Amino acid sequence: MDRRTSLIVREVCRLIIPAVMLFALYVQFHGEYGPGGGFQAGVIFAAAVILYALVHGRQKAQQILPTNTVVRFIVAGILLYAGVGVTTMVMGGNFLDYDVLLHGHQQAQHLGIFLIELGVGITVGAVMIAIFYTLDEFSE
Amino acid sequence: MDIETIVNFSLLTMLALTVVVLIRMKSLLAIVLSSGVYSFLSAGLFVAMDAVDVAFTEAAVGAGITTVLLLAAISITGRRQTVSKHKRFLPLAVITITGAALIYGTLDMPPYGDPMAPIHTHVAPHYLTQSSEEIGIPNVVTSVLASYRGYDTLGEVAVIFTAAVGVLLLLGRTAKKGEHK
Amino acid sequence: MIADYFNYWVVIVLMMMGFYIVISDSNLIKKIIGLNIFQTSVFILFISMSKVKGGTAPILIAETDLYSNPLPHVLILTAIVVSVSTTALGLAIIARIHRAYDTVDETAIHEQDDLQDDN
Repeated sequence: MDRRTSLIVREVCRLIIPAVMLFALYVQFHGEYGPGGGFQAGVIFAAAVILYALVHGRQKAQQILPTNTVVRFIVAGILLYAGVGVTTMVMGGNFLDYDVLLHGHQQAQHLGIFLIELGVGITVGAVMIAIFYTLDEFSE
Repeated sequence: MDIETIVNFSLLTMLALTVVVLIRMKSLLAIVLSSGVYSFLSAGLFVAMDAVDVAFTEAAVGAGITTVLLLAAISITGRRQTVSKHKRFLPLAVITITGAALIYGTLDMPPYGDPMAPIHTHVAPHYLTQSSEEIGIPNVVTSVLASYRGYDTLGEVAVIFTAAVGVLLLLGRTAKKGEHK
Repeated sequence: MIADYFNYWVVIVLMMMGFYIVISDSNLIKKIIGLNIFQTSVFILFISMSKVKGGTAPILIAETDLYSNPLPHVLILTAIVVSVSTTALGLAIIARIHRAYDTVDETAIHEQDDLQDDN
């Protein structure tokens, strides 16, 4: 995609993309108190990257976020999730039983939920970006 | 009729109309965009039914990412639909019979919004009354998703991971290298 | 009576229209869109069942103790994200089919297959 996009589209995206990324982080870390969580945050973050790729071309986006890095993030997210489960088992609890992570019961739950939501967000966002890159690459 | 019912009725009617229009369309571009409209209307309906988390996801995923992926796909396959003559009678008969059977089935369902429906009396009250003590976060959907049923969610993430692996294997660089053209 | 069951009936109408697209249309991309319509109608069915009259979203606040059922929300929330992944997988398969047959029309694909069988 190396067609020229209009000035208006480029400038509006310059304004929107940072806000969308910031909103994705807000949704990720505020999911315990309001609507949101890892699934939504990952998708919104991916939407920001895809918007950038649509406006400036996929190659430009891949210079910042190469396909290999995205694939590593896919694996990292799911490993973080399963890793929390394995850690709780090693520490003597059941799989994904957060209570053994910390002393306070609710603090342990908070930490566990925070970590696995982070894993979900990383995997979902990276999967969406990777799928878009691959489909777009194939269309050439 | 209160305002909630009116919103509910009009959104459902608009959803049905969108699909009727979509079936009759020939241009794939228009079809993809109306499926985005359909997703966005259903996100609005989810808000009207108090499912804010679901509405959020549907708006971002269904109306956003799915539409972009479908657009990318029709940029590969071409946006014009080749019209081929089809028998319409058999499919219409099939959906009429199936639909009639399903509507007969709904008559045994609990009425919409009934607080005494079986679904609300089993495990949900435990989540709603105990989760502030057991988990300590206000969003019950997050507590169920990430703590009570964290194991299920791990499975869902694995499904998404597998789908990505499938797409990368089908279309990725290795797939291109293996081709003899 | 109508207000009690209207949601379920519209869900079934949407479901059947999605199903109709899947079985009657020969374009593979349109079939995928039909499947998406079918899927979303199932989501609406689940969320309709979770609704409690007079309730609010399941985010705990001090003012009320009447909330809609959070469990279907969790199921559907994850199902939506899974549905986009499966859609992407279907589109990837269609892209490969397009490369092999140069068409995404089911009838045309069957014709090419028949020609190949005859040779």
